[in-house]
Amino acid sequence: MTKTNSKTTKYQYQEYADIDTGYQALRWHEPVIYELSRKGSRNEIIPNAEKEIQVKVGDITKKIPKKICRKTPAALPELSEPEVMRHYLRLSQETFGYDSGVNIGLGTCTMKYSPKLNDQLAKLPSIAYLHPLQPEETFQGLLEIMYDLRTWLCELSGMDEFSFLPRGGGHSVYTNACIMRAYHRANGNLHKNEVITCAVSHPCNAGCPSTAGFKVIELHPNKNTGDIGLDQLEAVVSDRTAGLFLTAPYDTGVFDSQLGEYAKLIHSYGGLVALDQANFNGVMTRMRAGDIGADLMHFNLHKTFSTPHGSAGPGAGAIGVKKELREYLPAPLLEFDGSQYHLNYNLPKTIGKTGVFYGVIINVLKAYAWIMSMGEQGLREASEWAVINNNYLIKKMLEVRGVDIAWPNRRKLQEARFHLQKMKEETGIGSAEVNLRIADFGIQTFFESHEPVIIPEPVTPEASEAASKEDLDRFVEAFHQISKEAYSNPEIIRTAPHHCTIHQTNLEPLLDSKRTKVTWRAYQKRGLS
Amino acid sequence: MKNSLVHRFIPNSAPGVREEMLKVTGYKTVDEIYEEIPEALRFKGELKLPKEPVSEMEVDRRIKRSLSKNRTTQEMLSFLGAGCWFHYVPALCGEITGRSEFLTAYAGGDWADHGRYQAMFEYQSMMGDLLDMDVVSAPVYDGTTAAGDALHIASRATGGTEILIPSTISPNTLATIRNYADPWLDLKMIDHDPKTGLMDLDDLKRKLSSKTTAVFVENPSYLGFIEDQCEEIAGIAHRVGALLIASINPISLGLLAAPGEYGADIACGEGQPMGMTQSCGGATMGILAVNDSDRFLTLLPSYLVGISNTIVPGELAFSWHTLWDRMLYSTRAHARSFTGTSSWLWGISAAVYMALLGFEGIKQLGKTNMQNTQYAIDILSKIPGIKTPLFSSVHFNEFVINFDGTGKTVAVINKALFEKSILGGKDLTNDFPDLGQSALYCVTEMLRKEDIDRLADVLRTII
Repeated sequence: MTKTNSKTTKYQYQEYADIDTGYQALRWHEPVIYELSRKGSRNEIIPNAEKEIQVKVGDITKKIPKKICRKTPAALPELSEPEVMRHYLRLSQETFGYDSGVNIGLGTCTMKYSPKLNDQLAKLPSIAYLHPLQPEETFQGLLEIMYDLRTWLCELSGMDEFSFLPRGGGHSVYTNACIMRAYHRANGNLHKNEVITCAVSHPCNAGCPSTAGFKVIELHPNKNTGDIGLDQLEAVVSDRTAGLFLTAPYDTGVFDSQLGEYAKLIHSYGGLVALDQANFNGVMTRMRAGDIGADLMHFNLHKTFSTPHGSAGPGAGAIGVKKELREYLPAPLLEFDGSQYHLNYNLPKTIGKTGVFYGVIINVLKAYAWIMSMGEQGLREASEWAVINNNYLIKKMLEVRGVDIAWPNRRKLQEARFHLQKMKEETGIGSAEVNLRIADFGIQTFFESHEPVIIPEPVTPEASEAASKEDLDRFVEAFHQISKEAYSNPEIIRTAPHHCTIHQTNLEPLLDSKRTKVTWRAYQKRGLS
Repeated sequence: MKNSLVHRFIPNSAPGVREEMLKVTGYKTVDEIYEEIPEALRFKGELKLPKEPVSEMEVDRRIKRSLSKNRTTQEMLSFLGAGCWFHYVPALCGEITGRSEFLTAYAGGDWADHGRYQAMFEYQSMMGDLLDMDVVSAPVYDGTTAAGDALHIASRATGGTEILIPSTISPNTLATIRNYADPWLDLKMIDHDPKTGLMDLDDLKRKLSSKTTAVFVENPSYLGFIEDQCEEIAGIAHRVGALLIASINPISLGLLAAPGEYGADIACGEGQPMGMTQSCGGATMGILAVNDSDRFLTLLPSYLVGISNTIVPGELAFSWHTLWDRMLYSTRAHARSFTGTSSWLWGISAAVYMALLGFEGIKQLGKTNMQNTQYAIDILSKIPGIKTPLFSSVHFNEFVINFDGTGKTVAVINKALFEKSILGGKDLTNDFPDLGQSALYCVTEMLRKEDIDRLADVLRTII
C-alpha cells in the first residue's frame, strides 16, 4: 500500500527547523483515507429491516426501474470503525482550533472561547430530537429560548424584531438585501436599484446586494481619516439609491465618525440603512444600530456571541429590523401571547425564505446560554476587554521593527489594520511571508485583509476578551523574532513553515482552473497537471 | 478606577491586569478609547437585559429546565420528514464533530489547519464518488440554498433566463429559490403525471425553449416517489443546450443512479441524513457539485478545497484558496452569487459517515429505508378510506397518504394522532391543494414494525 504522505527524505531546510520556536505541530503523515482502504471491510451500523418486514415486502429494491438503478458502485473507501476513528482523530489533531493555542490572529472573525457547557446543552435529546414541523405546543421550551434571545438582541441592537433564519454573515446580508428589494417594490419604487457600500466593509456587503440584483457602488475610505466622508456619499446618493450597506465598526477597527449623518442622508432619499455588525464585539452596550439610523442589521452569533466556528460553519446569523420592515421578514415570526409561544406564518409581505426552516437552532441555543452566562455586566466587560486587549496589542506591535498601523490618528476599537510596508521594502518580507512563519510559533495565522487591499502588506489581528495578556505578549514576541529573521536571514521566512503539520504549499495547481482538482478521483485520473 | 468584574471567560479580568494593561495603552480609562464613537451615537440608556453574570451550574439548570418542556421525536412516534429526516447518527459522527479542534477552528492557513482541509477534501472526494462527479464543493448552508447556487451556476453557464421545475418540487426549496432566482431567472413549473407523479415529458418539451437555462429534477422527489426518467430528461434538456440540475438525497445513491450516471450537469441536495441530528431543522448541509470541470468549475460560488503538493517531495497539501478569484471575496460589487461561513463541520460529519458505512453500508441503509417504507404503504393501504401511495411509482422513504375517502381533514387526523403521541405526516393541503386531503409520511430505518403497526391501529380507530 502506498502512503502518499509518508516521510521519505531529509528536510532540506532542517537548519531552520532546528530554530527553537517553542512549538511543534503534530505530524502524522496521515494518508488520504482512500489509501487506508481494505477491500471488504464492513461496519454494521444500520441493520437490515426486521425479518417479518423483509418476508412481507421482499426485495423492494428489485422494483426500482432499471433505468434509474445505480450502475457502478461508488468507489468509497472500506475501513473498520477503529481505523475511521483513528484517521479523523489524527486529522483533528492536525488542526489548530481556537482551544489549541494563541488564537488572536484572525481579525474580523472574532475568535473567542466557546463554553463547553453550551456545546453539551445543544446535544441534549430535548433539542437534538426535535422536528421543525412538530406542533408548536411540543417545543415551547425551545421557542421560549428563541423568543428570549430575540428580545435580548432587540435590546442590544435597538431594533424591533429579529429572525434567526440566516446561517451565516453573508447569508444575513443577502437576506437583508432581499428585504430591501421587497420593501422598495412594495412601495412602487422600482427605480431604487442602487446600493452603496464601501471597500472596508466585509465583501458580502457588496456581493450579496449584487446577487440580489442591485447595482453596487463601492466607496473607498478617506486616506487620512479612514472614514467614507459625507462628501463622497453625497456625490453618489440619488433617487435610485435603495440603501446603504456598511460594516460598523469597519474591518479596520475604525468607527466611522459620520455614520449618523450618512443614515440621515440615505433616509432623505428614501433609502434604507443596513448595518453589518459582525464586528460588534468591541461595542456591546456602547452603541445600538437601531439608535443611529439602521433600518436593518445583523449579528453573527458565531462571532460576538461565542458559538463555535465549526471549521467554517455552521455559524448563525441574526437579522434585526425596525418595525416598518417586520412584515417583510422571512416567515415564521416568533410571537408570545403571555402564556404560549407561536410561529406566525401570516405575513402577506414576507420575502419567503432564503434557507430552510428556522435557522441554525443549535447556535441560537448556544448564543442564548452565552448571554445568560455574561449578563449585561459581562457583555459590557467583554467589550471593554476586547478594546483594551487590542489597544495593548497596538502599542506593543508598533515596537516591532517594520510594523506600522493604518490611520494612526484614529482610536481603534475591536481590531486594527497593521501593515508591513516598511519591512517589505527593506527585507522583501511582507505579510504573506510572515503569515507562513507565525504558525511555527504555535500561533494561529492572521487575517491579512479583504480585497481590495487598500493598505498594502496588511495584518489584521483581533484579540477578543478571551485572549490573555500572555497570549498577546507571545504574539508580539513572535513578531519580534520574525522581524529579526526578516532583517537578518529572510530565507528562514521565505521557506516557512518549518514547525507545522505540512510545509509550504505549492499554490500553482490551486490557482489554475485547468490544473485544479478537488476530489481524489479527479486527482487519480490526472494528478496535478 | 471602577472595580471590575472577574468573569470566567475573560482571563485578563483577574485583579490588577486592567491597570497594568491600560498603562501600556496610554489611556487612563477605556472610556477614553470609546470617545472615538461620536457622542451622539453612543448608547447611554438602560438595557432590559439580565444584569448579573450567571454561574455555569445555574445556566445548565435553567436551560435544561426550559428544554424539558419540549417533547421529542424519541418520546413521540414521528412520521415527519419533508426536508428534515429522522436517521440514525453513528456515534463516530458525534465523536469527531465534537472534537474541540474541528468544532472551534475557522480560517487558519492550510499549513496551520492541515487536518480540517484534508477532512474537507475527503468529504468532497467521497461525495464525488457517490454522485459520480469530479467536482464537489465544500458544503453550503442547506439543500435549498445549494439549489439556489445551482440555478446561478446554470444561468451563468448558458445565459438563459428560465428554469423549468417540477410541479412536485419541495416547497422548502421553492421558497428559497424564488429569492435566489430573482431578478435573474423565471421559474416555470412542469406538470406531473397525476397517476405516477413523474414529470410530464410532453409538458416539458412544450415549455422547453431557447430561453431555458436548466431543467431541475428531484430524485427522490419531495413527495417520496422515485423519478425514473432522469436520463431522458437530461437528453431532452441537452438537445436544446439546457442543463440538468439534479437534487438528490445522498443516502439514496447506494441504490439509485448517480447524477453523473444519467448526465446531470449540476447536483445539489440536503446532507442532513449523513450524521446530523434533526435539531429542529437546524443542522443542515448543502451538497453542491458539477460534472464538467472545464465548463462549470470557475462558476462555483463556494469554497473548494483543492489538492496540491508542498516543497517537501511526496507531501500533500489541501487548501481553500483554490480559485479564490471566483468568490464574492474577489468579485464583490460584480458578484452573481455569494458564500461565507457555511457548514464545514457537517461536511466532516458526512465524511465520517461515508467512510464508516462505505458504499455497501449506504446501499444497505437505502434498502432498509425502502423496505420499511413499503411495509408501511402495504399495511396502511388496507385501511378503508385511505389511499396510499397516492402515486403509483416506487418510493424511497416518503410517500403520500390521501384521506379524502375518510371524510376527515389531515388537520383533524393529525390532531387525533397527536393525542396518541403520534406525529402524523406533513399536511400537504396548503402546498399542494390539488392533492386533496393529503399528508407526506416518512419512514426511515429508525422505525420498527411495531411502530408502523401502531400507526395503522390508531389510524383505524380514528377513521
